[in-house]
Amino acid sequence: IFQFILHSEASSIIMNALRILNNINKASKARFQCGSRFLSSQTSLEQHNNFHYDEQSHNGAFESSPPEPNMTSLQLQSKSSMNLVASIKNTLSHILEHDPSAIVFGQDVAFGGVFRCTTDLQSLYGKDRVFNTPLNETGIVGMAIGYAAPSSGSDGGLAIAEIQFADYIFPAFDQIKNEASMFRYRSGNQWNCGNMIIRMPYGAVGHGGHYHSQSPEAFLTHIPGIVVLIPRGPVMAKGMILSAAKSKDPVIILEPKALYRAKVEDVPDEEYYIPIGKAEVMKKGHDVTVVGWGRQLTILEKACDMAQSEHGISCELIDLRSLSPWDADTVENSVRKTGKLIVSHEAPITCGFGAEVVASIQERCFLSLEAPIKRVCGYDTPFPLVFEKEYLPSEWKNLEAIKHVMDYSK
Amino acid sequence: YGMASIRVDGNDVLAVHLATKAARDYAIQNMEPVLIEAMTYRQGDHSTSDDSSQYRAKDEVSKVECDYDPWKRLNSFLIHQDWMTEQDVESMVKEERAAVLQALSKAEQRPLTKLDTMFQDVYHEMPSHLKQQEHELHEHLKKFSDKY
Repeated sequence: IFQFILHSEASSIIMNALRILNNINKASKARFQCGSRFLSSQTSLEQHNNFHYDEQSHNGAFESSPPEPNMTSLQLQSKSSMNLVASIKNTLSHILEHDPSAIVFGQDVAFGGVFRCTTDLQSLYGKDRVFNTPLNETGIVGMAIGYAAPSSGSDGGLAIAEIQFADYIFPAFDQIKNEASMFRYRSGNQWNCGNMIIRMPYGAVGHGGHYHSQSPEAFLTHIPGIVVLIPRGPVMAKGMILSAAKSKDPVIILEPKALYRAKVEDVPDEEYYIPIGKAEVMKKGHDVTVVGWGRQLTILEKACDMAQSEHGISCELIDLRSLSPWDADTVENSVRKTGKLIVSHEAPITCGFGAEVVASIQERCFLSLEAPIKRVCGYDTPFPLVFEKEYLPSEWKNLEAIKHVMDYSK
Repeated sequence: YGMASIRVDGNDVLAVHLATKAARDYAIQNMEPVLIEAMTYRQGDHSTSDDSSQYRAKDEVSKVECDYDPWKRLNSFLIHQDWMTEQDVESMVKEERAAVLQALSKAEQRPLTKLDTMFQDVYHEMPSHLKQQEHELHEHLKKFSDKY
């Protein structure tokens, strides 16, 4: 139950959306065929990948999670260089092309979005499927839930909502917590709204100040029933958005806005899926385990490089990728090897997601630890403007923490 | 919503003044709220991060700049009434521009805000954990002062 201030534009959008769903149900056979075409290339990849499991633990959070794609496999060798924005846009376009029930909506998405993640989508797929919403986050998420959930009238469809900045998620929080996350549970699995994705740019960007810099992942990971993913670049983004589209649970994707244009990678042209609930060891090492996600990994890479070159310290760098559910096994395996752990994130330290990692790891492998676990995070203040540089968990603060745990363990 | 309302040309200074006056009188007399809907047009970009030529025609904006700009209209009116001359306008513009530039340079010369203010005003009284974090930051900056 939510209040949605309707004006004529919004109600006609909703009527259009309902009309699409009705048309889809009439042609549901065709839809199934489209849907399976979307999946068919993944199946052949799966067969190929079955023989290429990497050595990380592969009990991902969900048994049905697709396996880690082997990026050097033949099918994934055709690649295109692009930045994070282009990767997101291409992936959304791919989904819209292959799933006729998919719609993309949010503030300003029609003209391409304030970060250009949805350019040309409206001209390619039409105003019925790619459209603007009023300035109303509660309504945006509420509509995603309603569109995604099957009912007696329709099978529901894939709703991809954009929240313009993660800082603005809070009016929609009730929709996420008391509606989306509990939809399946409260109906005894009779209904669900898993066919939805909420995308939002998060994190510091140099000049964002209080309301264009926040990292709200800790609020979201505290909610049972939703999936929270954070890509570190274009390659991860494509695989995660594709996984999110297939996921039977509502997925929230936090995109590091500071990397939208800056991070350029070779993205495979084929479909591939990044498994939900599995971390990735970016860099192997044996002295210290360093854990982060999203934008912070670019900072941690610098800190690890400095630790190696200036102090000969070998760091094992882990990208959690998925915060809810999260891959404690991979982190534990690493800490059993190194005996030391650093967790770093931009969000304020108290009750940040780092606290969860620390609590779980000390419980799992306390006797492996040679030093207390260190968190390098933002301070417990609102995100500042003038002092962004001093506020953020910089590479030097992380270097200091790495040296500290090394010294402690001696 | 059953609220008394008045719609006015928001780019006409005198009309807005009169509409506001009427609304105020109505509000006081009837002890009711009044909605003033002032019609206008956003000439500039939404923000420094926005390039509005991506979603609207340049002609549309320049037409407003020529025909609909509130400042230009007020000037025309005052000059037409012989209450002001073109030269008056020019010298006012020069004066104000100089004042703004002076204020800008004065602001730029002000010393940077002290780092302590980052931890202040989160609460009425700074709790101990923030004092601790402030201390940690200062210790860190002592060792890495050249990096910041």
